[in-house]
Parts: sequence; structure tokens; C-alpha cells
Amino acid sequence: MTNSAPAIELAGISKAFGTVQANKDISIRVMPGTIHGIIGENGAGKSTLMSILYGFYKADAGDIFIAGKKTLIPDSQSAIKAGIGMVFQHFKLVENFSVLENVVLGAEEGFSLGKSLAKARRELKALADEYGLTIEPDALIEDIGVGMQQRVEILKALYRRAEILILDEPTGVLTPAEADQLFRILDRLKAEGKTIILITHKLREIMDVTDTVSVMRRGEMTATVKTADTSPGELAELMVGRKVLLRVEKKSASVGNKILEIQDLHVKDEDGVHRLKGINLDIRAGEIVGIAGVAGNGQSELLEVLGGYKKATGNIRYKSQQIDLTGAVANAQSRRTLGIAHVPEDRQSEGLIMNFMAWENTAFGYHLDDAYQNGMLISNSAIRTDTQAKMGRFDVRPPDPRLDASSFSGGNQQKIVLAREIERNPDLLLIGQPTRGVDIGAIEFIHQQIVALRDEGKAILLVSVELEEILALSDRIAVMFDGQIIGERIAGETDENELGLMMAGINEDDA
Amino acid sequence: MSELPKWAEIVLVPLISLLLAALLSALIILAIGENPVEALQIMITGALGSTYGWGYTLYYATNFMFTGLAVAVAFHARLFNIGGEGQATLGGLGVALVCIHIPWPHWSLALLAAVGGAAFFGAAWAAIPAYLQAKRGSHIVITTIMFNFIAAAVLNYLLIGALKPKGSMEPATAKFPEPTHLPSFQDMFSTTETILFRGAPANVSFFVAVLACVAVWILIWHTRLGYEIRAFGQSETAAKYAGISPTKIIMITMMISGGLAGMMAVNNVMGEAERLILGSVEGAGFIGIAVALMGRSHPFGVFVAAILFGFLYQGGAELALWTGIPRELIVVIQALVILFTGALDNMVRMPLAKLFAALKRSPRAEA
Amino acid sequence: MDLPTLLQILDSTVRLSTPLLLACLAGLYSERAGIFDIGLEGKMLAAAFLSGAVAYATGSAWLGLMAGVGASLFLSLIHGVASITFRGNQLISGVAINFLAAGITVVIAQSWFGQGGRTPQLSGDARFEPITLPFADALREVPVIGPVYFELISGHTSLVYIAILFVPLTWALLYRTRFGLRLRAVGENPASVDTAGVSVIRLRYIAVVICGVLCGFAGTYLATALQAGFVKDMSAGRGFIALAALIFAKWRPWQALYACLLFGFLQAMSLRPDVLENTLGFKVNAQLLDALPYILTVVILAGFVGKAVPPRAGGAPYVKER
Repeated sequence: MTNSAPAIELAGISKAFGTVQANKDISIRVMPGTIHGIIGENGAGKSTLMSILYGFYKADAGDIFIAGKKTLIPDSQSAIKAGIGMVFQHFKLVENFSVLENVVLGAEEGFSLGKSLAKARRELKALADEYGLTIEPDALIEDIGVGMQQRVEILKALYRRAEILILDEPTGVLTPAEADQLFRILDRLKAEGKTIILITHKLREIMDVTDTVSVMRRGEMTATVKTADTSPGELAELMVGRKVLLRVEKKSASVGNKILEIQDLHVKDEDGVHRLKGINLDIRAGEIVGIAGVAGNGQSELLEVLGGYKKATGNIRYKSQQIDLTGAVANAQSRRTLGIAHVPEDRQSEGLIMNFMAWENTAFGYHLDDAYQNGMLISNSAIRTDTQAKMGRFDVRPPDPRLDASSFSGGNQQKIVLAREIERNPDLLLIGQPTRGVDIGAIEFIHQQIVALRDEGKAILLVSVELEEILALSDRIAVMFDGQIIGERIAGETDENELGLMMAGINEDDA
Repeated sequence: MSELPKWAEIVLVPLISLLLAALLSALIILAIGENPVEALQIMITGALGSTYGWGYTLYYATNFMFTGLAVAVAFHARLFNIGGEGQATLGGLGVALVCIHIPWPHWSLALLAAVGGAAFFGAAWAAIPAYLQAKRGSHIVITTIMFNFIAAAVLNYLLIGALKPKGSMEPATAKFPEPTHLPSFQDMFSTTETILFRGAPANVSFFVAVLACVAVWILIWHTRLGYEIRAFGQSETAAKYAGISPTKIIMITMMISGGLAGMMAVNNVMGEAERLILGSVEGAGFIGIAVALMGRSHPFGVFVAAILFGFLYQGGAELALWTGIPRELIVVIQALVILFTGALDNMVRMPLAKLFAALKRSPRAEA
Repeated sequence: MDLPTLLQILDSTVRLSTPLLLACLAGLYSERAGIFDIGLEGKMLAAAFLSGAVAYATGSAWLGLMAGVGASLFLSLIHGVASITFRGNQLISGVAINFLAAGITVVIAQSWFGQGGRTPQLSGDARFEPITLPFADALREVPVIGPVYFELISGHTSLVYIAILFVPLTWALLYRTRFGLRLRAVGENPASVDTAGVSVIRLRYIAVVICGVLCGFAGTYLATALQAGFVKDMSAGRGFIALAALIFAKWRPWQALYACLLFGFLQAMSLRPDVLENTLGFKVNAQLLDALPYILTVVILAGFVGKAVPPRAGGAPYVKER
């Protein structure tokens, strides 16, 4: 590495939101022409840090140096001027604009639009030649795929002459193949002398593409190391603060009858896009079936169909009994009556109502239960009593039924949902992303609850984008790709590499 | 943004908003060369100083309770029903049909039927925008505005046509028959020695409105339907997860809302005018918005806010009578209340939140 | 229907469409930027009053116009502060503005003129007078073209021509300039504009200000051109018809012109029930004509005939994500 000034240096950056210290005295140096990774769990403060760098937030303390020069970045305009480009996790594109219009937006020259568009068209072609970023300039954003949309975001930054490119969780929405393509582009950009900061919580990406890596935990920078000098294990430990227990203690499964039989399940969304393309899957009593896959390959739709709030075609039998997929009974209420419980993927927008109190949330979905009624009226006191008991058994802290859901931590929110769903003693539990945004202590508790339910002989369908979680909990693993189940494996007979390939749509057994 | 304690949210924010509205109104009164203190005195004496004044205040308040509840119920499902005016207009039609076409033996039976008729017509008028919102995604605010105008046209059409008695030149129905006349407060509370509420329009429907407040309170916080309405209002995705049908909630909530707005007609059409005339709603449907916002969508809040607006309307009429201040001043106050409680509420809330945060910090700092 | 009657009706169509068009374009700027505006009615009313009052006091319609624009702008800024700065509910703010205008115009009119909430009659230069276009008199005798040019195209007030000019102007601004690109983007996805280094707040305020100016024109036209002075509630729902026209036009400038002409034509027809009856051979109910713009808008909103999809970020205050 040369001894020139760092392309970017952060010195002592701190930022608090109210009482939450999102960033605490953070310092990083990134040399030009390198890829620097920033890794950390959800909520570790990575995105806040990058938002400060891009002028979205003002740091409470600390300085930013660009190419050795102290630079103030009070807004995005200054960040762009300083040569910083950012690709956000959620793309900032205008859906009904063309690629060209999106690239030009905010970087137009002069009042009249025509000239700017013509110039951008030429530049896009030049950039395409230079970096292999080919794209149709007149396509509308809403008509192109996520991979292409991300490419537009990168082109936007390059069009603004960005020397430093920040990518926030860029692979979250990509298939492994698309992700590989992205990494090749990043390599090319690096070769051309651009500096890249890659924010992710995926260890493999860090190991694959970065030169140096910083680890963040709870708003603090715990270490900065050369990628070549570290290992995934070490990084994981730095991320969570102690050795991660990835293996969950569990007995071998004693499998019973088929609880759920799914045959040729199809779903089309409102836009007519085929989301599920013929799913076939059985789940038996006493087993955990894990669904692995990159987010957006149909897992959410599968859960929604089984949960009763998405219409589908095909054939589902639950305890040998046909389930209505389109009619009036195809709703979440009737599924609960059948004994199908559902912990949804997104507890904050589905599983809980954040402005409802814990006791109101405990009745959520079960508000028609006989135990909660008092003649014509709903018995608020019965629900409160029940909630108090559930909170005790699931160790929800603080155990106060009158607190709003929003005032609990992620882990405790999830426990409220779990308590509600598990304590119904369901025969089938659907559970999506059980530990997303949950602290380590609660993860163990939640995993134990899931395994305990399986040991009681219940059937469990687990959906998670965390491959490690799938491997640790499941007895059997099905991999979803592009709306289909591309293959099934016994948990003990497979590994991350094989599953990773399958998640990319490659099933070697079938090939 | 730091949060406010619940009591401050419920009591302090609307109170400060009201004070701001009052202050600005006082400035306007000063600007047009009148005396705001005197104006307030006239309003208080005129609206609250006699049973006559109270009789008007409570008459207006009855209208506003119905329309305020209508807006409040819809707010709980995060629906903005701006169509109270049209629904109340149609409610009037329901009342008129019930009163004119059926020979009632006693006012009490007529009242029950009129409540039903008014609610039915109001609900039906709200059902169309509700259906379009639920099934076609048409913005309910725009459709309910449009339906206000359409309602006015419908009534206009009927009152110069089918409903107009032969030989009459006025766009109005015939006077309702005697047995449908509701007892006024004067009939109910006067004794042979002392006449109370003389000539004032307040009538037995006031108690119907109070009952409606209680019913809405039970509905929202103590029934399964109310639970579903509130859950849907908080989050539509969560509601679907819980098996709550958005279509059902939008339809039912809007029909309850429209029904409540329609029931206003029992007061103004049946209780006061005793016939249906053009424009009888007189903007009460819109005042419901101010009342619901001011009352924080809580039936008790609506009750209090409705009486406050009743006071303003009666007081405003007195002002126009005794001073050079036109009664449109009340419309200004109403606008300011809507503005401060509904649109500029963050402007009121932000400094309050800072104040509370500072108060919370200081004892700890001393310790 | 003979040519003179037709021309008469079309002429009043143009006159009645003008305030609708100005208000409709006003709403277009605001809503394209993501700020819903149901307060067009109130802004028109306030402008109508102040323009009438100032035109009466100064004897100049143009000074009246400036005052009208000022009044409308003031209400626009209230809407801006509530919905942009304080992220309040745009719909409720619009409702409040309508009432504020309805109340305060009468209160002040009564205080200033003491005529029951109206301004005195305007005459002479206090009103916008019809302009006779070049050659209108000379061509008058030419068959068909002459009367059409003289009656329909010539002989309107300058505000009418200004309103029509605003249509191509708006189109060019929206689709052919940097400002237009940004304006359309901020109504669709404000985050895209923000991350591109352009201020969302500034753009939205500009849109709200343009909206205020155009509503000011619309209101001024009512009091100083269409009629001679301000009367209580003289906007008479035109702000809502303009809103309906905006939806009908799916937020596009040329279509806004057509929608306003259509709704103006309906208004013109309802003033001449005799003509309609003679032409169609049966009596068309006046109330139906009154209600037709609203019914048509509901039909369009319901998507039975080409669904109207509003700007995606409309109605939502912009908050940066964490």
C-alpha cells in the first residue's frame, strides 16, 4: 500500500438519537483504490455512520477528511461535491422515470433539460464501455429488475464523478449470481482507482471482496484489520462480543404423521408476476423444515398463503383435510381456528401494532377467542390477566402489559409475538425470520422455544435468510429459488457451500 | 422527537391549540375595531347566561356531537370522512320520508323510526365512497367531497320536484304532521310557574346524541369490531395478518360514520325545522371535523368539543346581533381550531415535548 | 342550435372555464410536488375578496390582481408551513384553509365596506375589460370564421389569455426543464431528490408558491372579470371542480385544459336550460348538470374508465429514513 493520504478518514465521529448512542467515537482510514468493509449486526450503527458521511445527519462530534483535507458535509450536495457516491439499501429511484432521467436528476446542467439528457446519454455509453455497466437508458425503472436498478444507482454516482462509493447492504436483494456480478464490477472500479466502502452483515462478502475491514458493535468500532489477516470466526466474535453458539442443543427428531402437504402451489401478485411457481412440500409432526433462500424468492408469499392472507391456486392439505385457498374461508382467522400459528417475518409491521399496548397485542389475531369475550363485549381484563401470565413465562422485560409494543426491545417484542402464537398449542407453527434484529440473549431463548415445540411433536415451518440459523435449527432444509423449491436436503447431510449454490439456482444433484 | 406524556397529548395539545385560535381571533376582533373582552362577555351571556342561550347552545352541540362522532369513528380506522355534510343531508331525506309517509301514533315511535331512517340514508350515502375505496382504491377524501356536492344536487332535485307539496313555491317538504313533533327542552323542563328554555330549539335528540357518544365509546374500546377498527387504523398489513378484512372494516366503519352523520337530521330536521329544507345541514358536517380533532377522536372529547362549538355558534349569533362582528367570525375560529389541532399540531407539540424533556432531566441533574 | 347561440354558449364556456383552469393548474403544481391541496377553493375565495377590495379602493384591476395573489399566497404559505415544515396532515390543512377564507373574507368585508360581506360594485378600470384582438372588427363580416374569431377568440379579458398561455408554459416547464424533472420526481419519490443533493423542502415550497400565485389569478378573475366585485362565497365550489378536473386530467397540463373546458361547458349549459332542451328535444335536469363534474370524477377515480393514479408520494410528509 502506498503512503499517500487516505481517500477518506473519519476521526472521532459520535452521534446520538435521544438517549441512544448510535455512533461512539468512531475513527476509520480508508486508502485510495481499496475496498473497505464495515461489518456489524443490525442496529450496530453502520448505516448511521454512512448517513453522516453522506450528509444526511450531522455528527455530534468528530471530523471528516477527504484525501487528507478536512471537509464539512452538512448535506448530500456537499457529499457529492466531495466525490462521495452512495448506493442505499433501498434504492432512491423514481419508478416511472427512465434510467436516463434518474441519472440526470439533480445533476442537470442548465435550465433546459434536453442538453443534459443528451450529455448523460453519451456519458452513460462511455461508462458502460469503461466499467462494463451496460444498460438501456430509456427503460423505465419500474420495468427493470433489482440488479439493474442497483446498476442505475452505481451509474448515478459515477455520473457525478464519485471517487468514493459507499454501498449499504448491496446484496440483500440480489441472487448470489447477481451479487457475484456486482463484486466483479466493484473489482473493476477498484482497479480504476475508486475507493469503495461496503457495508454488510454477511461475513462471506467481507472475506471475498474487501481489502480491509472494520467491525462495529453497538455504535462502537471494535476493530479494523486487514481482511487477509483475519477469519470469519474472529470477525463473528468481534461482531457479537463473544463466541457465537451456532449449534442449538437438540435431540434427534421423532417424526410423526404428515401435518401439511403442499402440492403445486402457485401465486401471482397484483401485477401478474408469478411469485410461486408450483411449490411441493410436506411437513410432518415433530420436525422443523427450514426454508433457505435469498430474500424475495417467494418465501414471504409462501408464509402469507399458509397464514391465510394471500390467495393462491393449488392444493394444500392440513391434517389430511383440504384447505380453501381462494374462497371466503381463505383468511387468517380460519387458519388460526385450525391450529396454524404464525410468527410473521416482519413483527413491526405485521406481527404487532406498535401503538397498541402489550395486552392488546396479545389478543391480536385471537381477539375472537371465547376466553376473551364477555357476552357481547370483549373482556379487556381477561386479556390483561392472560398477558401478564404469558409475559412471565416468556420472560418479557419489563413485564408490564400496559406498555406500548414500541417501548419494548426487539427481542422482547419477538417474545410477545412468540408467547401469543406458541401458547395456543398449535399443531403447525409458521415462523419467519425468528431472530431478525433480536439481541443474542433472546436468540438463544427463542431457538430453545422453537426446538421445545418440535419436541412436543408439532410441525414447524421455518423461513430465514440467515443460513446459519437454518442449519442450526432445521431437521430438513428446502431451498427456494425464483418461486420454486429447487431442492431438499437433510440438515446433517449438507453444508453452507452446497446450500449457497442451490440458493443461486444451481442444484448439483439434479444437474 | 421525544414523546409527550399521554395526558399532555390528550389535554394540553388541544387546549393550547384552542388558546392559540382564541388569541388570533381576539387579534382579528381588535383589527376590525371591536373589543375582544366585550365580545367574549356577550358570547358567554348570550350562549350560557340563560336557559334560552343554553337551549341554543345544546341544540347546536347536538348536531356537532353526531357529526363529530362520525368523523371520529372514521379516524379510528384512519379514514378521513369529509362527507358528513352530504351524509347528514341524506339523513334529512330519511327523516322526512319516515315522518311524512307513515302516520305515527306517538313521537317516541316516530323518533325511533326517524333515527333508523336517518342512519340508513346516511350510511347508504357513505357506503358508495367506502366501496370505491375498499375495492377500487379511490381516495375516500376526494370521493366524499364529491358526494357532498352530489348530495346537494340530489336534494335540490327532490325538493323542487317530488317532495315539494303541490302549490308551494318553496324548495321544501310539507310541515311534518303533529305526532312527529319532538318534545323540546321547553316542553320537558318547564313547570307551570317557570318557563325554561323558552323558544329554544334544543330537544329530546340531545339525549340521543349523548347515548350515541356512550355507544361509540363502547364500540371502540369494548367490542371485537372496535378492536378490529382500531387495529386496521393502525396498520393495514398487520390487520390482514390478524385475519381482519380491510374491505369489511372500511365498509362497516364508513357506514357507522355515515349513519352517525345522518342521525344529525333527527335534531335539525325533525326536532327543529319540522320539515326538510334546502341546506339544512348548514356546515355542521364540516364542523364535525373540528370537533373530532379537538376531542382527539374520543367520544368524551367529542362531547366536550361539541358543547364548546355549540357555545361558539350561539355566541357568534349573539355577537352578530349586538356588535358589528359578523357570525362568520366563528367560521374563522373553527378554521383555526382545525388548523392547530389537525395540521399544525406538531408546531404545538414540539415545544411542549422539549419542555417536558427539560423538566424530566432537571430533577435528575440536581440529584 | 344556430351559430350565434352556439357561439354564445362556447363564449361563456371559455369565461367559466378560466377560473377552473387557473385553479386546476395551481393544484397541478402542488400535487405534482407531492402536496395534496384541497384548499384551492379557499385560496380562490381569499384572492377574490382582496382583489375586489383593492381594485375598488385603487380603481386598478392590476393592483387588485397583485393583492389577490398576495392573499392567496399567504394561505398557500400556511399550507406549506403546516404540510412541509411541520409535516402536518395536508388534507386537514386544506380543509382549515377553506374555512379560514370563507370566514375571514366576510368578517373583513363587513368591517371595511359594511355591505353584508361584499365589496361595492366595481366599474371602469377596476375591472379587467375585454380585449379586442387585432382584425376582429375587420373580419367580423366574413362568414363563420368572422363571428367565431370575433365572438369566441377575441373579446376576452387578459386573464383568460394568460390562463390559456399557462397551459403550454406548464407543459414545457414540467417536461422540458430541470425544474420540471425535479418537481415531478419530488412528488413521486422525494428521497431520490434528496439523495441527489436537491432540497425537497425548497422544491415543495416553490411548488406551493406557484400554486398560490395561480389561485390568486383564479380568484381575481372571479371578482374583477367574471363578475364586478366580491360577494360572499363567490367561489361556489369552483375550487373543488378544479380539483375534480385535475384528477380527470390525471395531473397533466393539456388534459387539464380539456377537462376544465368540459366542466366549464357543463356550467354554461346549466345556465341555458332552454338551449339544451331545444337541441336535445328533452328536458335535462339542471341539478344533473351541476352534479355531473363530480359524478364524472368519481367514475374516473373508481377506475371504470382509465384509472387516475395520483403522484405516489402525494399527501405524505417527507421524513429522512434512518
